[in-house]
Amino acid sequence: MNYQFKWSVLWSGQSGVWLLQGLITTVEISALAWVLAAALGILSGALRTVPWKPARALATSYVEFFRNVPLLVWMFFWYFGVPPLLPRAIQDWIFNHGAEFWAGMFALGVYHGARMSEVIRSGIQAIPRTQFEASVAMGLTTFQAYRLVIVPIALRLIVPPATSESLNLLKNSSVALTISVAELTFQTRQIETYTAKAIEALTAGTVIYLVLCVGIAAIMARVERRFAIPGLIARGG
Amino acid sequence: MADVAIRFKDVSKWFGKLKVLSDINLAVVAGEVVVVCGPSGSGKSTLIRCVNGLEGIQGGDLVVLGESIARPGVSMSGLRTRVGMVFQSFNLFPHMTVLQNITLAPVKVRGLGAAEAEKTARALLERVRIPDKADHYPANLSGGQQQRVAIARALAMQPKIMLFDEPTSALDPEMINEVLDVMTDLAKDGMTMMVVTHEMGFARRVAHRVVFMDEGRVVEEATPEAFFAAARSDRAKEFLSKILSH
Repeated sequence: MNYQFKWSVLWSGQSGVWLLQGLITTVEISALAWVLAAALGILSGALRTVPWKPARALATSYVEFFRNVPLLVWMFFWYFGVPPLLPRAIQDWIFNHGAEFWAGMFALGVYHGARMSEVIRSGIQAIPRTQFEASVAMGLTTFQAYRLVIVPIALRLIVPPATSESLNLLKNSSVALTISVAELTFQTRQIETYTAKAIEALTAGTVIYLVLCVGIAAIMARVERRFAIPGLIARGG
Repeated sequence: MADVAIRFKDVSKWFGKLKVLSDINLAVVAGEVVVVCGPSGSGKSTLIRCVNGLEGIQGGDLVVLGESIARPGVSMSGLRTRVGMVFQSFNLFPHMTVLQNITLAPVKVRGLGAAEAEKTARALLERVRIPDKADHYPANLSGGQQQRVAIARALAMQPKIMLFDEPTSALDPEMINEVLDVMTDLAKDGMTMMVVTHEMGFARRVAHRVVFMDEGRVVEEATPEAFFAAARSDRAKEFLSKILSH
């Protein structure tokens, strides 16, 4: 092997700044997409369990439509497909305001919202039907029963799978490089292009993703303990 | 004549093709305690679940507190604030403390202030004899305590009618009486109650009337004295011989 490692490429020249910018963009796009995914997931996951067929049908179509098309296709769809459908003035505005970022954010959020929806639905379906009956029997409307009782219990039950799904979202934000969002993977590719040091650049990217994900998992584990339903779930440690 | 709180007029109900209630005619007057009994699958739970609209009816009419609930467009959540229900499986909300369980509906539905709702809740916990459990979570209570909290939670809405769907069937034997005692107090205070139960001692002591159901029909309606001393129908005699023999 005669490859010459040169780790200094990571802190000489522009590399450090690029990595930092990439990290910030990855965190921004993932955080916004996560909020969108959580909102869509909770809404559609809940609607899939309500006693009203049109609402269930609507939510089911959303889930099946968005989770069964590759994320990459959604990236292209929101970036290349949607803008031409918009009025000229809005097109100009979004292309002057980071269209690729917003398209990538929507693609990630809507795609993972569909996946999150299934996680939330399974959480709701783990709750005995009689909890819902007890809620409405005391005068709560269906909406109140979901907002105050059913969804809060379901969210507590699904922290572990929701954590996995959130980490998937963060890692999938790298797909946004295909529509030239300058996120972390995009920047490591850029370092590689400028320095021809692929291993060093990719190692830097890998370590940053790893630290981010392990950090998020640790935070979610604390959330899980903090909001655990007393006595409901036996857990180790 | 006393006010009729609940009136079933030729009520019928199907689950798919299965007819679970057949031409029920029954009236419960205000302040009356009616025990509904019968073999499993006789429709007794379904019957009381119709009263607060947890089950819809397909035939006849059902008038609760002067309002027909068979009429389309009737506000179920409005009706349910006036009809409390206690379930076999307690159904306390596990992520809320006892106090939060009891104050939830008064605050969110009635719009009561938090302080006032808490005051009422604490008084109700006193009434069901567990004032010291206000800040516990349901998982830390015994079954009998959970069921008494469930009763307090239903009473917090100041209902005119209380429905009990086998309230002691999920309890260990030594906890049954603590729940029945609370229900007896409630009956003495004049609450209108429909109780599905196998506790024939409770029926004998507290009920004004016993309704015996079989195969979706009201087979017999009598005072407890008459029912237990001399049930008229063979079906009721057979049922009583089975549950009173041990």
